[in-house]
Amino acid sequence: MTVRLMQGNEAVGWGAIAAGCRFYAGYPITPSTEIAEMLSRELPKLGGIFIQMEDEIASLAACIGASVGGLKAMTATSGPGFSLMQEHIGYAAMAEVPCVIVDVQRLGPSTGQPTSPSQGDVMQARWGTHGDHPIIVLYPTSVSEAFDLTVTAFNFAEKYRTPVILLLDEVVGHMRERFESPPLEEIQVIDRMGTDVPPEWYKPFGDTISDVPPMPSFGSGYRYHITGLYHDPMGYPTQRLDEINPWIERVHRKINNHLEDILLYREENVEDANVVIVAYGATARSARHAMKLARQHRHHVGLVTLYTIWPFPEEMIQRVARIARRIVVPEMNLGQLALEVERLVGRHKVIRVNRADGEMISPQMILDALEGA
Amino acid sequence: MARSEHTAYAYLRTTKKFPNIWCAGCGIGIVMGALIRAIDRIGLDKDDVALVSGIGCSGRMPVYMDFNTLHTTHGRALAFATGLKLAQPKLHVIVVMGDGDALAIGGNHFIHAARRNIDLTAIVINNSIYGMTGGQYSPTTPLESRTATAPYGHVEPPFPICELSIAAGATFVARSTVYHAIELDKLIEKAIRKVGFSVVEAVSYCHTTYGRMNKLGSSVDMMRMLKDHSVTLAAAEKLMPEERAMKIVRGVLHDVEKPDYITLYQQVIERAKATIDGKEFLRAGPGGLE
Repeated sequence: MTVRLMQGNEAVGWGAIAAGCRFYAGYPITPSTEIAEMLSRELPKLGGIFIQMEDEIASLAACIGASVGGLKAMTATSGPGFSLMQEHIGYAAMAEVPCVIVDVQRLGPSTGQPTSPSQGDVMQARWGTHGDHPIIVLYPTSVSEAFDLTVTAFNFAEKYRTPVILLLDEVVGHMRERFESPPLEEIQVIDRMGTDVPPEWYKPFGDTISDVPPMPSFGSGYRYHITGLYHDPMGYPTQRLDEINPWIERVHRKINNHLEDILLYREENVEDANVVIVAYGATARSARHAMKLARQHRHHVGLVTLYTIWPFPEEMIQRVARIARRIVVPEMNLGQLALEVERLVGRHKVIRVNRADGEMISPQMILDALEGA
Repeated sequence: MARSEHTAYAYLRTTKKFPNIWCAGCGIGIVMGALIRAIDRIGLDKDDVALVSGIGCSGRMPVYMDFNTLHTTHGRALAFATGLKLAQPKLHVIVVMGDGDALAIGGNHFIHAARRNIDLTAIVINNSIYGMTGGQYSPTTPLESRTATAPYGHVEPPFPICELSIAAGATFVARSTVYHAIELDKLIEKAIRKVGFSVVEAVSYCHTTYGRMNKLGSSVDMMRMLKDHSVTLAAAEKLMPEERAMKIVRGVLHDVEKPDYITLYQQVIERAKATIDGKEFLRAGPGGLE
């Protein structure tokens, strides 16, 4: 095991490599660019491909094309580029093409503050593309977790044939901290399911027990059709309600039936808590510090750190709310995930702690909120 | 005749319900036939062909054809195709687009695919209009014509597709029309055989929208216009510049040799591998070597 100092963005790049990513297409944007730079250096060493496209729309399109061609593919961007990528996040969801989209968030809207942290893309990650669709969004709080969750993002993408979004805070992306590189053989890597049925029997969007159809790559002898239109089990466009509805149900089921696998979170001191802080990203680290300080003063404060923010861990939040009197939700935005918590437990139980000016939420801000809880 | 029917059937999807979505008399089917004949003549295995399209009338072509087919988003077909080609270099990736698709919303992707010289075959079916949405003006709509969004006459000059492609860096650029179906399949064959970014402009028409709004008659009348208003490159060279400007010039307009992107990126991989022993990376684990 090697221990070294590593930057969050670099950890994302190494996590991608460890997960088997061999294709990266991107467009330069602060504060995500280090991911592109390190992969332009490292991917070709492994025979992989790095390409800088003409914009973020093309970047995600190229990733989807490469994934259809059988490579694990990733792109990375920040808010303005993430806005442009929404078109193809929807396409990847519709066509069920595995890919990983990293958004190292900066303060928005628009060009905003390129080097200031923000958690303003939380709702965009869920609902930014048009139409109802399932999505998985992961959110690390540290450099080590950035590595781990990048691997997980690829595993989920491959396992569930879905785009997976990894949200980073600018401060996590740019922070350097201790990183213990795990032995490669200990890293669990999941590859998409192939098929060995005769090509004429293969249904690219058919029903399966797991609700995830196998996905052979183009060029492997299985010739099939992929489209962003609603399609039947063969992939051909359809307007039939008896084909559209089963598709909608299946793609939601393939995520919702596997929440035990997908929902990642960490509970600390929740059992005896009067107040529980629900936090994610860099804000969870301020929250942990605040919890420790509060507990030193014998306040029963717990913490839930969310690593999967979408789908939202509804049952866990409801369970925690039955224990705690109040839920404190600190966010570097004007209250986005707090809406989900309020929806589940009622507004009266939720105390929001927000700022959206490019500064982090300090432990003191959370402590002040705990005082009032 | 019988043979050409058999040829087409071998490349069409038996599991897909016909008829197709195109209007009777549309030129897109002729381009599809030309593409089939070109692929058949080269003798490509269907497993080795990927057909990628964007959005619009032309975007529906792949679904009828028995290849690896990818119907993408509006204007972005070349970007998807770029990723697919890089992941599966053995595939012959053919991209079918319309004029609005390729040059308006996809204009940026088009010039950069050409500049990058990635080994794709781009077929642009130019009917001078957005047909599927009902006849709005496109980047190739002629000046002064009437469209659903230019009821008082169009005041923007059109893009010359082939000249734009040459300027952007394409290695092979050719043009023909849907009237000249045999010539078209020969040009498409050359384009597929070419290693590098190749463009074939297939000049077509839309009698349903453009023809109706500009009182140009039926599809047969518009087909006849393609015949009467086009000349071969050899014939065009004998014309005065002002005469030539009024004609659709057919033939291979540009054909140069230069290394394609994948060949050059292979050099990047070799240079990168030379900097490091790959096994060392595995020993040290992620991040161990930086």
